[in-house]
Amino acid sequence: MVERLTHLLGIEDLTREQIGFILDQSKPFQEFQRHPLKKLATLRGKTVAIAFFEPSTRTRISFTTAAARLGADTMALQAEASSLKKGESLIDTVRTLEAMRPDGIVIRHSSSGAPEFVAARIDVPVLNAGDGQHEHPTQALLDALTIRDRKGRLENWNVTILGDILHSRVARSNIHLLSKFGARITVCGPAMWLPREIETLAPNIRRTVCVEEALDGADIVMVLRVQSERMYEPALAAEEYILRYQLTPVRLRLAQPDALVLHPGPMIRGLEIDPAVADGPQSGVLEQVTNGLAVRMALLYHLVGAAPVDAPHPAKERTSASD
Amino acid sequence: MLLIKNGRVLDPASNKDSLLDILLDGERISRVGANLPVDGAEAFDATGLIVAPGFIDLHCHLREPGQEMSETIETGTRAAAHGGFTAVCCMPNTQPVNDTASVTRGIVERAAAAASVRVWPIGAASKGSKGEALAEIGAMKDAGIVAVSDDGKPIATARLMRQVMEYCSSLNLPVIDHCEDASLFAGGAMREGPQSVRLGLNGIPAQSESICAGRDVEMASLTGARLHIAHMSTRGSLEYVRWAKKQGLRVTCEVTPHHFTLVDEDVRYDSNYKMNPPLASRSDRAALIEGLADGSVDAIATDHAPHHPASKDVEFDRAPFGITGFETALTLGLTELVIEKKLSLMRLVELFTTGPARVLGIERKIAAGEPADLTIFSTDREWTFRAAESPSKSRNTPFDGRSFRGAPMATIVAGRFVYRR
Amino acid sequence: MRVVEKRQLLSAAQINHSLQRLAHEIVEESAGATDVALIGVRRRGVPLANRLAEVIRGFTQEEAPVGTLDITLYRDDLSTIGSQPVVQSTDINFPVDGRDLVIVDDVLYTGRTIRAAMNGLFDLGRPKRVRLCVLIDRGHRELPIEATFVGRTVQTSETEIVEVRLQEIDGEERVMLVDRVS
Repeated sequence: MVERLTHLLGIEDLTREQIGFILDQSKPFQEFQRHPLKKLATLRGKTVAIAFFEPSTRTRISFTTAAARLGADTMALQAEASSLKKGESLIDTVRTLEAMRPDGIVIRHSSSGAPEFVAARIDVPVLNAGDGQHEHPTQALLDALTIRDRKGRLENWNVTILGDILHSRVARSNIHLLSKFGARITVCGPAMWLPREIETLAPNIRRTVCVEEALDGADIVMVLRVQSERMYEPALAAEEYILRYQLTPVRLRLAQPDALVLHPGPMIRGLEIDPAVADGPQSGVLEQVTNGLAVRMALLYHLVGAAPVDAPHPAKERTSASD
Repeated sequence: MLLIKNGRVLDPASNKDSLLDILLDGERISRVGANLPVDGAEAFDATGLIVAPGFIDLHCHLREPGQEMSETIETGTRAAAHGGFTAVCCMPNTQPVNDTASVTRGIVERAAAAASVRVWPIGAASKGSKGEALAEIGAMKDAGIVAVSDDGKPIATARLMRQVMEYCSSLNLPVIDHCEDASLFAGGAMREGPQSVRLGLNGIPAQSESICAGRDVEMASLTGARLHIAHMSTRGSLEYVRWAKKQGLRVTCEVTPHHFTLVDEDVRYDSNYKMNPPLASRSDRAALIEGLADGSVDAIATDHAPHHPASKDVEFDRAPFGITGFETALTLGLTELVIEKKLSLMRLVELFTTGPARVLGIERKIAAGEPADLTIFSTDREWTFRAAESPSKSRNTPFDGRSFRGAPMATIVAGRFVYRR
Repeated sequence: MRVVEKRQLLSAAQINHSLQRLAHEIVEESAGATDVALIGVRRRGVPLANRLAEVIRGFTQEEAPVGTLDITLYRDDLSTIGSQPVVQSTDINFPVDGRDLVIVDDVLYTGRTIRAAMNGLFDLGRPKRVRLCVLIDRGHRELPIEATFVGRTVQTSETEIVEVRLQEIDGEERVMLVDRVS
């Protein structure tokens, strides 16, 4: 029996079995996306608060759609619209949400640890949609599902993660997840974004500033977004990044011939990735999007749908036969 | 008249460690000896307890004037008394900043009316601690400051540090610096290292502190001034201090209890572990403990930095820096340093008494004629620290609920008990 | 929960005879074998549907397509049972629109499973007709649901449980009536 999840705060504390369970449970929801009528009543009457304190279109829409297709209602809380801009602390927003009694909270926030902060103070399942530079667990799960589907298995691949590793929650979550499945991970990017300490996150991680060395023999290449401006830090010129780190068709040929290219989106075609690669046959980017919906439906189904731990059992017992 | 009987008296100034009685008359110590007659004095039985000169805390924040929701001179000093402190030096980053004689006088007067222990204010080095013009240091000295600092921030530039040092030298005041490089520090929430990477928090490298310590030591070399490095937390800074001492420069430093107890690996998304300087690496902690033992470090200071609960109960990266510290300082010293056999009990007492006194240019000892300030503590009394029961207005501490062995038992200031357990 | 076996309702041979008869009935009451498609409700409806298709193939030489339907997402009692039950996939690789469907399940009881199954089917398209085939009808309906094709009707009490055991899933072949014991 897989240990039941009450929140999804990160990948670091999940077991292989729990991850496998989530991926397996995403499969029926993948199939569901092909139904002509994409509407269930499974979470009817439940409300999911979608609290995005950082701008995001794709992930927010993905979660909102997932909730809607399960029949749940959503409460949207966005940074611009909320009082957060006025200096209201997260705790006030939490108390407000709590008073509205949602059945689940999906939260994206610029502070690492914000979902844990909320989960510690509110008795509602919390799903982390990305916290600061810490984790983006649903991204890693949908990446894992894409890998499993495209490559036939999740275990023991050579994975290269390319870009600004230091500031990337996607990199961290993927490192946690794939290392649990025996991946040999290479992280590559400009030296000031490639912290030595990343090697302490999991076994079998190596760092290199040389993109050719990083791509050599890779089975999976994950390209990260480039943020052109960071607070407190001098920026790297785009031309410099393109010259030294862009994933071009020529560079991709250094990887395995059937290497899978992934990107968490949104892509800046022509910056971190050449359009030919982004739209080419090795790119799994479109599947990532559909898989994102499936994974999020599976998570909402299990986390928001479940009764509180002490709910009474139904009057009639389910038997091995149906009724 | 108050007679402290049968205590084990530890007096670093005279290197005395024996069972002695102490007679206090008014605000002064009148006699020290074995088996003194009681003769109408109120007797306090200190059997099984240590009696030390009154502890001095070189570094704390009392938040008055201007931030009284976090602490006041009254509540802060009461907490200090509970921790065994008889005198505290409060930093000038109040609102308004203590950069004029009138603010200093306000603090001194308020302390006279409401404080449980002696309050010795530290004045700002620059106006508003903005790092531009010099503050009214001379006038503030007349009003009662014992040192100068822009704590909360470093003294902004080498040029300003030089001016402050030269001016303070002529006034015989030590300059205390909070060492930090603004460009390396910016945006940081904890020490840069494996834990900051794991937690996804912006890291501050150790060099942020040591670069500035090096700068200050160079300026001390240039000016001959008395320099004191506040809340030193890195091996790198300690190396500069050692070098300075070897050159005969008048450079001193202090370490906080949390820096010799906790490390960066202890940090989670809990703002009770967020302070400046941040919790450092294991290697730094080991170096600091070595320095505390071998005399390179002169004092233990708490950097008691209260923040009212609502302000700390926010996301880690948004929380203000600082934790409280009066009540756990001695017990952490006993637990982490003496019981762990890193240094002797006498040395620990030095770090709370003669060490800080020397930084301030005063004496602290148990002898006839000295101020009747005593710290009486037990090395084996078991207790649990509960933040909710503290006289401080604030609860921001990582030690809430921790059980300890060794506790302050009584604190005497100017011949009167200001705390009894 | 402790159970006590009371009596056997169907032996292996009797199960087989029922399926043979049901298969013939289905073909007889439909326009032809190929127009009809069988939808096995997970879990035990699935091997039953497969066997019916095999029998049909045997005497008509025609293929009745078989799909599998997981009703977990359509159940009406999910919020009361604690942990969410594991979802399985629904596997219907032929279009549902305009199709003559027969839902196949092992036991018909309150009718809620079949209600959920119909919800699931109508999410996939608009069938021409939906009928129900069950091995055992044990009564106690809570919804207006009826089975067109029934292997055997059995009177039961509320505490009793009808356990259908099939080779493909349980490793043995019989239908038992068991009782809950407190």
